[in-house]
Amino acid sequence: MTIKEKQDEIIEEFSAFDDWMDKYSLLIELGNELDSFDEAHRKDQNLIEGCQSKVWLHAELNDGKIEFQGDSDAIITKGIVALLLRVLSGHTMDEILDTDLYFVDEIGLKEHLSPTRSNGLVAMIKQIKAYALAFKAKQA
Amino acid sequence: MTLDIRKIRNDFPILSQTVHGKPLVYFDNAATTQKPTSVIEAEADVYRKFNSNIHRGVHHLSNVCTEAYEEVRKKVADFINAESKEEIIFTKGTTESVNLLSSSFGGSFLKEGDEVILTEMEHHSNIVPWQLLEKRQGIKVKVLPVSDKGELDVEAFKGLVSFRTKMVAVTHISNVMGTINPIREIIELAHLKDVPVMIDGAQAIHHVPVDVKSLDCDFYVFSGHKMYGPTGVGVLYGKRKWLKEIQPYQGGGEMIDKVAFSGTTYNDLPYKFEAGTPNYAGVIGMGAAIDYLLTNDRESIWSYEHELFEYALEKMKTIPGIRFIGEAENRTSVISFLLGNSHPFDVGTLLDKLGFALRTGHHCAQPLMDKMGIPGTVRASFAFYNSREEVDRLVEALNRVGAMLG
Repeated sequence: MTIKEKQDEIIEEFSAFDDWMDKYSLLIELGNELDSFDEAHRKDQNLIEGCQSKVWLHAELNDGKIEFQGDSDAIITKGIVALLLRVLSGHTMDEILDTDLYFVDEIGLKEHLSPTRSNGLVAMIKQIKAYALAFKAKQA
Repeated sequence: MTLDIRKIRNDFPILSQTVHGKPLVYFDNAATTQKPTSVIEAEADVYRKFNSNIHRGVHHLSNVCTEAYEEVRKKVADFINAESKEEIIFTKGTTESVNLLSSSFGGSFLKEGDEVILTEMEHHSNIVPWQLLEKRQGIKVKVLPVSDKGELDVEAFKGLVSFRTKMVAVTHISNVMGTINPIREIIELAHLKDVPVMIDGAQAIHHVPVDVKSLDCDFYVFSGHKMYGPTGVGVLYGKRKWLKEIQPYQGGGEMIDKVAFSGTTYNDLPYKFEAGTPNYAGVIGMGAAIDYLLTNDRESIWSYEHELFEYALEKMKTIPGIRFIGEAENRTSVISFLLGNSHPFDVGTLLDKLGFALRTGHHCAQPLMDKMGIPGTVRASFAFYNSREEVDRLVEALNRVGAMLG
């Protein structure tokens, strides 16, 4: 699936809910189901510290595609991390760098990606793109 | 006299709205309080009717505006029972008041090796300004620890005061735990060794009686926006004997007497500390907030708030997995808690979607969080426009949120 297709799929899944609490129940579920984070990667260099919640992010390059692992100490943040990884993990550097993440807006979670929210997610997306750039530079 | 909460709520237009489709419940009063219409109108009226730069004006508007501004100084002095209005310095808020004091008192009286005593429960605004002095002037900050219950140990305080101690700066009420500190005892003990005491009254000024003369504190600082007044205005109360002696904070504007390159002389109190055009509209708004508080019976406000706090505490105890942070014997207005193992951010986010405004995080008190071994708390803080019904709704919401977060 392309990044766009994945985003559209998520929008479709969330469109079933018009109550906030249902949306957040799904996010909590996604957070709980996120693949467990390899403890070997839980180190300071992988930590993105927001004022409210913390995010960990690890990246590896496999066959020209970046595989991400992520985690958070807050379950709602972790649910959003799960969505972001579902969309972006397993894609090439160029695909990731060219991505416009419109799904967050569409499913009504824009506030979590506001720079003032300080939950680590904005920095996490920056970090994902930074990994893509770095891997690309290494390959060139 | 009992308070008519429904009538009081009508005075605060912001409270009648819905948030995410739910009626707003505002329990973030320790961060800032809402404003009654009379305050909003008073500040707007400055701009509508008599806006003009204050002091030194010969024209009508300037005189009206200056009089309104100076009248508030008198009102504030009466409100906290200061000796005279010259002891009331207007600032931007509590934070600026502490910075003014640390900078000016420090510049005049502190030298390398001198010590300032703070407590472990201080807000960052009463920690960092003194740490700046550590760097700038080589003083030393000493910290009075907080017990697991969230109380200060007066005996330990005795041991901390020495001939090196030149200032004690302590909060009246903890912004995290609601602990009411034994400031009267602390002031008495410090004065036995001739050490002045600054009280951070940001969380106290609207919740408990404050009488600076009876407390005998040397300095008392607070913000307008936490007492139903506008943002951007605060107060530094100081005993005249100190304010006369300490150097100005910022230069320019109203604070001068005569300026010459051969040497400048400063204005009298309180103007010596009010450089530049002050936030006179905000000050006048704060005056309206004091008027508003005085139109209600203050004793009734205090007792209503405290009863509401105790009611909330009792009700919240029934929530499965709840853990209170800070259980001091003497506390009020603020309840910090954790829900099971849930992250405060998750609890706050879900509560927001249910229409509740609570604050989560470290509440600008990271040393206290470290002491308690937690990253943050969820904090409910009350004002006299809050009701028991709102508390009941919070308890219901917390049960729901707790079940969701598992």
